Amino acid sequence: MAERYSSFTPGGTGWFFQRVTAAFLVVVLAFHFFLLHFVNHAYEVTFLGTQARMENIGYLLTMVLFLVTAAFHGVNGVYNALVNQGLKGTQKKVILAVLTLAGVALVAQGTYVALVMGGMI
Amino acid sequence: MSQSYNRGLVEDFGRWKEFSAGMWAWIFHKFTGWILIGYLFTHISVLSTSLGAAGNEAAIMNEADIYTTTLQGLESLFLIRLLEIGLLAVAVFHILNGLRLLMVDLGVGLEAQDKSFYASLVLTGAITVASVPTFLTGVGL
Repeated sequence: MAERYSSFTPGGTGWFFQRVTAAFLVVVLAFHFFLLHFVNHAYEVTFLGTQARMENIGYLLTMVLFLVTAAFHGVNGVYNALVNQGLKGTQKKVILAVLTLAGVALVAQGTYVALVMGGMI
Repeated sequence: MSQSYNRGLVEDFGRWKEFSAGMWAWIFHKFTGWILIGYLFTHISVLSTSLGAAGNEAAIMNEADIYTTTLQGLESLFLIRLLEIGLLAVAVFHILNGLRLLMVDLGVGLEAQDKSFYASLVLTGAITVASVPTFLTGVGL
């Protein structure tokens, strides 16, 4: 096997982080679904129950990290899908700016919500 | 394995009948990814009702706060339960095919990349079907 099949080339940080976040999200997304649909059931969710989970600092940090990585992975994925479709020039820059703003807003709102749920603010 | 394949543009959806397993995997991964990021924005919006609920201790204790009533109201709808099953299917496929992609990127099991795509589909179907009773608990048509 003289050829190098791995696509991990130096310099592609966006691409690299897409893979790093993927590895994290595989575990946490499965955990999230399992906890809120099979251990607890979505139809039984109450503010009290959510608050109890979010008061655990480890859980809160995991959920915030989940949000940050999912937002990056999703927004970066959408951006790259559009670039694949032939997006370029000014349009590409505008789309990148809009997606970045949307991602930052999502993380800010989600983090605020998590802190309120946990009674931290 | 030194030969390369030129299968043409996968972005040219009009020639879908010529697509190979790997191309279908690419399209399904993108499609499920769009759904998941779209859902994430919706999810945070719905969970933001907690901002209106926080601080109203009497309502929280009675489970009559806006967060609890919004979530339980949505969960009482059969349509929402169906959409949740769809979301599970989408998430499970994205996870399984994502694991497959990580393996492909690392050069592991390249010879079986088509088989692992079929395995992702079958496993997604099995997990989704097995989860239906859990997702439909306590809801009527």
